[in-house]
Amino acid sequence: MARFKKKGKKDVPAINTGSMSDIIFMFLFFFMVITNMREATLFVRVLPPQATEIQKLEKKALASSIYIGQPIKTSMYGTEPRIQLNDQFAEVSDIQEFVEKERAARNEMDRPLLSTTLKADGEVKMGILTDIKQELREVGAFKITYATRRGKKKE
Amino acid sequence: MARKIPEINSGSMADISFLLLTFFLLTSSINTDMGISRKLPPPIDPTVKPPEIKKRNIFTVLVNANDQLLVNGNLGDISTLKSETVEFLSNPANNPNLPEKSIKYIDLLGNLEVSKGVISLQNDRGTSYEMYVKVQNELTAAVNELRDQLSKDKFGKKFEDLKSDAKKEAIQKAIPVSISEAEPKNIGGKK
Repeated sequence: MARFKKKGKKDVPAINTGSMSDIIFMFLFFFMVITNMREATLFVRVLPPQATEIQKLEKKALASSIYIGQPIKTSMYGTEPRIQLNDQFAEVSDIQEFVEKERAARNEMDRPLLSTTLKADGEVKMGILTDIKQELREVGAFKITYATRRGKKKE
Repeated sequence: MARKIPEINSGSMADISFLLLTFFLLTSSINTDMGISRKLPPPIDPTVKPPEIKKRNIFTVLVNANDQLLVNGNLGDISTLKSETVEFLSNPANNPNLPEKSIKYIDLLGNLEVSKGVISLQNDRGTSYEMYVKVQNELTAAVNELRDQLSKDKFGKKFEDLKSDAKKEAIQKAIPVSISEAEPKNIGGKK
């Protein structure tokens, strides 16, 4: 079987590392895109009010967000403030189910630490927020955070 | 016959690590949610009577649909709300109209007078969220101010700068965030 015999010595060619940086760049962009995608695309306009006494949210992974605000496409959805859960509009009655789902998605140990962040526009009336708070109380999600922007401290 | 293994060019390793570094820097700092944390009360059990609280121990803050404040029965203003709250919660002169204090033993702090004062916050369905957050902010600011004071007295540091959890907990016990939100009332009768 002379055909398969190696002919003399043969060096393994050096691996070309020139394209390594391109690969890393691709990784970089991939991760950047992925991390942005987790955030829901907003259908409602949310500009939270300013506050000075704010805390950082401790565990972001354990917080679920509820967005409340005027729809961006006012011609389609009107100007009445709406609730957004994940990627769609929702009603107040959908909140309990939403919280249950969020709870089911977490493991047993994290469940008591779950919190809800209310991201509401400054112009929204409290009526809708009160309804949401009542729903959250009923479903047992007591930890809430009112999302705010950092405001200037007045002396 | 020994085969020569080629060396992998590691010149670009530095670039790779720099890229990873910038990636982690960017993703970890962007998008931190900030806000005011609160705890909702559990749903009311209709069979249990609410505990009676003496009038002097309650600080009522009402916000109406026009974003006006009524503080303890008088027209209030957002700019003075903080100082009023601080006075209510600390009651420095032991005024009989301001809340009582009870002596409690707290770890690390010893026996301390803890105010029995409760802030009752009630808003209308028509109150704007912005105003509501402003009020919550002022109330939190008052509590934080008192905590800072106590923390400076006892530990020589601001409350925020305290490192140990035990110290933080002690201060939190000494000055609790006692904001009670009234059951929502449907004043206008309109949903």
